[in-house]
Amino acid sequence: MIDSSIVVTEENTAEVRPDEVITQSRALKDEGFRFITMSSAELEDSVCVLYHFDKDLELRNLKVYVPKGSKISSVASVYSCAFLVENEIKEHFGVEFDGIPLDFQGMLYSDEEVQKTPFCIIGIKRA
Amino acid sequence: MARTVLPFGPQHPVLPEPLHLTLSIEDEIVKEAIPKLGYVHRGLEKLAEIRDHNQMIYIVERVCGICSCMHALCYCQGIETLMGLEVPERARYLRTIWAEMHRIHSHLLWLGLFADAFGFESLFMQFWRIRERIMDLQEETAGNRVILSVNQVGGVRRDISDEAAKWILDTIKIVEKEILQLKSTMLDDTTVKLRTVGKGVLTREKAYELGAAGPTLRGSGVAQDMRQTGYAAYSELDFAPVVESDGDCYARTAVRFKEALQSIDLLRQCFAKIPRGELSVKPKGLPTGEVVSRVEQPRGECLYYLRGSGKKFLERVRIRTPTFANIPPLLEMLPGCDLADVPVLILTIDPCISCTER
Repeated sequence: MIDSSIVVTEENTAEVRPDEVITQSRALKDEGFRFITMSSAELEDSVCVLYHFDKDLELRNLKVYVPKGSKISSVASVYSCAFLVENEIKEHFGVEFDGIPLDFQGMLYSDEEVQKTPFCIIGIKRA
Repeated sequence: MARTVLPFGPQHPVLPEPLHLTLSIEDEIVKEAIPKLGYVHRGLEKLAEIRDHNQMIYIVERVCGICSCMHALCYCQGIETLMGLEVPERARYLRTIWAEMHRIHSHLLWLGLFADAFGFESLFMQFWRIRERIMDLQEETAGNRVILSVNQVGGVRRDISDEAAKWILDTIKIVEKEILQLKSTMLDDTTVKLRTVGKGVLTREKAYELGAAGPTLRGSGVAQDMRQTGYAAYSELDFAPVVESDGDCYARTAVRFKEALQSIDLLRQCFAKIPRGELSVKPKGLPTGEVVSRVEQPRGECLYYLRGSGKKFLERVRIRTPTFANIPPLLEMLPGCDLADVPVLILTIDPCISCTER
């Protein structure tokens, strides 16, 4: 029986480098995995980004540590639906995604005058 | 012919919640749709930094009123996994009972709104009249019509007495009969079919590739339902996903209609099998580690990513709701449709913008 609530471990999560995300995502897509979403959490010097995939209810994750202020390639080139959550992570955590097809420029949810990256201290408050 | 740019929303008669779409139109045919969110963004995930993991239950319950109970269920499930808690069997059945009542009320709400979207007001009122019976059940068993607040870490906070169980079974028998009375209108009426059959077709391949969830996915022929994982008491119940293959608005409507009836059957199974026993276990310690918890809300798969480090506040509460997943498929359905069909197509994914934006 596949569990609906799964602890993130090495069994279901592969840690990859930022430059490996596209190739690893493409490999999962070729295996038949669908894209669920991405999660992120602020760490001291980086943002931990988790990509969640699913095939026949089996959950698989990719974990990437993105140094604060650096860029990572958008997986929308592999899974086009990823653009929405990448915009959210960009707005909340300040992670820059190279090649998002529809970029809301950090204003998916909030207006220009609102403080950026509320989840990450790297954000700069607009005057 | 030059394109016209038309704003749709955030305020629109068919939209229950604010969503803005910028539609590019030629000859009243939609060529492109660009969404704009943010009208009900409340920053609820950020609150996890200043609310402990028990207080967060009250926050996640208020992400959405229509699937409130299942947000709490998904969250509690994740915390219980991190803390290694075994929820008592009776509590698992009670969670299932309230979840399925929630599913019935949500689908009836949507069926009514959908009928209203194509101008069938009397059908809208009929579905909402039936829904009031379910709201009464929720109020009687949980104390609230909308935010049930029955889930807690370790189990549930309330019980359902034998008398209440009998009343529920009698009521859902009436509800089932009344829903079936509307079946021929909702699924066989020529005017309804003219507005739904062949509209907003999402192929099976596209639905899977774009990460669609719930009836939007199952209406395109993909038999995936998180209840198949057997969380709560679903492993003890006879259950199979409701699937249609045409991928149009009609197929998605049929899926929700049949799921409402299926939920009534699941409730009967629960009450036939529910054992006596404890309602919850007492948690010890604080959540540590990372967990991904998923449940099937009425709109589809809901995912919670929780990260704790053994401290009072969780490091991260990340919520991915089914409507968020269904927006890219919606943007795939809209190009090529008539302007008059836009409200129908938007409603066909059962949008819950409160869930989407949190």
